[in-house]
Amino acid sequence: MTWSIEPTLPEGWELVVGLEVHVELATATKLFCGCANQFGNEPNTNVCPVCLGLPGSLPVINGTAVKYAMQLGRALRCDVKPGIMARKNYFYPDMPKDYQTTQYDQPTNSNGSLVLPDGFVVGIERAHIEEDTGKSTHVGGGGRINDAVYSLVDYNRAGVPLVEIVSDPCLDTIEHAKAYVSGLRDILLAIGVSDARMEEGSMRVDANVSVRPAGTTELRTRCELKNINSIRSMGRAIEYEALRQIDLYTSGDNPRQETRHWDEAAGRSTAGRSKENLDDYRFFQEPDLVPLVPTAEEIAAIDAAMPALPSARRAALMEASGSDAEVVATLVDRGQDTMAIAAIDRGADAAKVVTRLQHDLAVDDFSKVTAESFAELIIMESAGDLTATQAKQVLAEMVDSGGHPREIAEARGFEAMEGDELSGLVDQLIADNPGEWQRFVDGDEGDRKKMQGFFTGQIMRATKGQADGRAVAELLAQRSAG
Amino acid sequence: MSALEIAAAVKAGETSAVAVLEEHLERIAERDGEIHAFNLVTSDLARAQAEAVDAAVAEGRDPGPLAGVPIAVKDNTCTRGIPTTCSSKILEGWLPPYNATVIDRLGAAGAVTIGKTNLDEFAMGSSTENSAFGPTRNPHDITKVPGGSSGGSAAAVAADFAPISIGSDTGGSIRQPAALCGVVGAKPTYGVVSRYGLIAFASSLDQIGPFAHTVADAAALLEVIGGHDPRDSTSIPAPSPSLLDVLDRGVEGLRVGVITELSGGPGGVEGIAADVAARTRQAVSALEAAGAIVSEVSVPSATLGLSAYYLIAPAEASSNLSRYDGVRYGLRVDAATTGEMNTASRSAGFGDEVKRRIMLGTYALSAGYYDAFYGKALKVRTLIVRDFAAAYENVDVLVTPTSPTTAFGFGDKTADPMAMYVNDVCTIPSNLSGDPAISVPFGVGDDGMPIGVQILGPAQSEPTIFAVAAVLEDVAAKGGAK
Repeated sequence: MTWSIEPTLPEGWELVVGLEVHVELATATKLFCGCANQFGNEPNTNVCPVCLGLPGSLPVINGTAVKYAMQLGRALRCDVKPGIMARKNYFYPDMPKDYQTTQYDQPTNSNGSLVLPDGFVVGIERAHIEEDTGKSTHVGGGGRINDAVYSLVDYNRAGVPLVEIVSDPCLDTIEHAKAYVSGLRDILLAIGVSDARMEEGSMRVDANVSVRPAGTTELRTRCELKNINSIRSMGRAIEYEALRQIDLYTSGDNPRQETRHWDEAAGRSTAGRSKENLDDYRFFQEPDLVPLVPTAEEIAAIDAAMPALPSARRAALMEASGSDAEVVATLVDRGQDTMAIAAIDRGADAAKVVTRLQHDLAVDDFSKVTAESFAELIIMESAGDLTATQAKQVLAEMVDSGGHPREIAEARGFEAMEGDELSGLVDQLIADNPGEWQRFVDGDEGDRKKMQGFFTGQIMRATKGQADGRAVAELLAQRSAG
Repeated sequence: MSALEIAAAVKAGETSAVAVLEEHLERIAERDGEIHAFNLVTSDLARAQAEAVDAAVAEGRDPGPLAGVPIAVKDNTCTRGIPTTCSSKILEGWLPPYNATVIDRLGAAGAVTIGKTNLDEFAMGSSTENSAFGPTRNPHDITKVPGGSSGGSAAAVAADFAPISIGSDTGGSIRQPAALCGVVGAKPTYGVVSRYGLIAFASSLDQIGPFAHTVADAAALLEVIGGHDPRDSTSIPAPSPSLLDVLDRGVEGLRVGVITELSGGPGGVEGIAADVAARTRQAVSALEAAGAIVSEVSVPSATLGLSAYYLIAPAEASSNLSRYDGVRYGLRVDAATTGEMNTASRSAGFGDEVKRRIMLGTYALSAGYYDAFYGKALKVRTLIVRDFAAAYENVDVLVTPTSPTTAFGFGDKTADPMAMYVNDVCTIPSNLSGDPAISVPFGVGDDGMPIGVQILGPAQSEPTIFAVAAVLEDVAAKGGAK
């Protein structure tokens, strides 16, 4: 992973991106009725009068969905306030009531932030609760509503609870945009309120993209990119759009405010609806629902039950280990931060802990390795009880079958090689191989390296690999200097 | 026989539910041709329900408080498998797959659903002339309107087609037709009766309520249909009010206020007819004679209610009626594109008054007009809530005319929507404030047509206003309203 700014934009331009991320909440039932909230069922099987918007039906809010939304709000460091549901009025066949019940001027969550692994802070304007629409399949024509021969609508998704997370237009690079989305996903998974799968649509990203001359602060005309199916695809779509806009500006033209449809296969976007005439959604307070007023107790309970979030975990590991951001992010991503900190707390050398985890525990399943045994292994290695090579072998066995490092080392015959014993062996070898020793002491760089290899090899052969290569090198250096 | 008398006789085995039903079906067959109270007479369903009640009685089980009582239901209330049209072409042929909560409660109480009654299309109107299926006529004089929008339900009771019926009241739609047809009609506190299954006109104002010949029957019906319903988020979490027990508690010491602005005098709203104003004063005097303490109260914002209502109700309606788009149910007029199909279906399916209100509401919510119209109307609504709350610090109930005039002739007010809207001036404030109100017949006007007096009270004061209505009913029965 790297956070360096990719040189994708021509000199003199900078990128301005704001993201709208829709997240489906993993509740058992929909937002306003008891229908199952499930992906992949037969079309129109998880429906009832309420989510079909039949005349006379009324919504009743799903308390779990509201709780999940507030958990997410707290995780995103938002102000969690009384929320008012509102109606957003527009006609669309997959929206049963022809209005979407959402939040408008009083969202449950507002004014939050997310800290990226490199320390960049993304402002979050709001994270509001709303219902999902049904899913249309346009058959014939170009697969879009306007030229389709007919359309099929599946209302299983209608009324599924969503949170829409709206970032500030502050993302300045594609890498930051990507890190933000993956950071959001990490948080969603950490608190368990969504499965956050972009490919199944349970996490959907729309990107508002504009460009401006580097160093200025103006916000120029933006385009909204839709149909983004993965983080990678988002990066490509933003890059394409930024370059398209820069082309327009440099040729004396201006972008129009519009929605653009990203075509992943073709690697380009096409213009959709023009937003010159801004839609008038005629928002007003939803009269069929009452305000969502969280109590201080509810918020306190959410905070108390909040698991450690990735940014806090990164900060903690950075403080404990003193390692750089990139390594820390890798370990937190792999979920090895708890083990690292526990091992360091038990007295294991921080640098060794991080190195072993980073390079020698890059495996999917390390559940058999306890923090206690891992700490012990590092302590043994630091004390010279195990060579680096032996430590790696012991760790590999711990991953496969668990167990205690001291017992594994004993079983494998990895006996501690005392320092005196080793130094005696080295002296003996020097005495037995005066020619080689001379070349080591007086030779050029190449000779010295070659001879170091010779002596180390001899020692390893004599000790059946139990000697620490680094200790041998140190002894040779001492003797030649002395 | 009153509803309570029928239920008692059926339970005692003195008559059968089937016999009672046949008697009413006969009257319908004789006279509904000229009255047109019903969009649909549900004879088969009613016979099955009546037989079940008789079977329960035969087996010694309690069939419920409304055992064998025929009830007419406004045709904007969902009945499973039975057409529910809102008197609109756009819903012709639609069969709801579910029952409204009130329908289930009526069934459980042993009531027999005799038919679905005519209304102004989507409950928008004050004369039932806006029905797509032709107007209902006033049983007292078939050249006059029955009022609206629940004209069919009021006429059904007035013509003895059923002893009780259900209506909905968004801006006087129960009370005004009750007054014009000479029956009792009540709008409960917003949230006392579940709206689940009531096809929405204006969600924050709609409330289901009873029609009956007597205050006691209306009370019995409200007791059955009221009480918390978890399927309606705006339902008050309380059991149905106990009314029959307290109907005879009288008005001794009760503080009765007369609203200056709605009395027909100078400085108040214009258009309150002299005979109606005189009857209302007579009713107040009767209450004073019965021990009430009478005073005059000014509620300045009461005169603003009409303007606020005709922005708020159409605004909500414009959104509530969006779902009739030709996609899933009801009328579809095919066209080249989805958008054109929406437009063609809605143009053919909605009548003029519905279109007028959709346009009005769409305009009131539009960007640039929201603050001046919808936003301002909400402020007036707040003012009305505050003014009425202040009035109730000094009085227990308020008395006004229900309708400014007696029943008018067909076509008298259809040419001028404003003249029609003024009909609701006395009834609208309690919809805006959410407070309960009841209209009780009190004598006739110069034309011999019924006059209703309205009693208003603060939220959940149904026991009090029903008791006051019972006193006026008693006075009128003894000749005190001549």
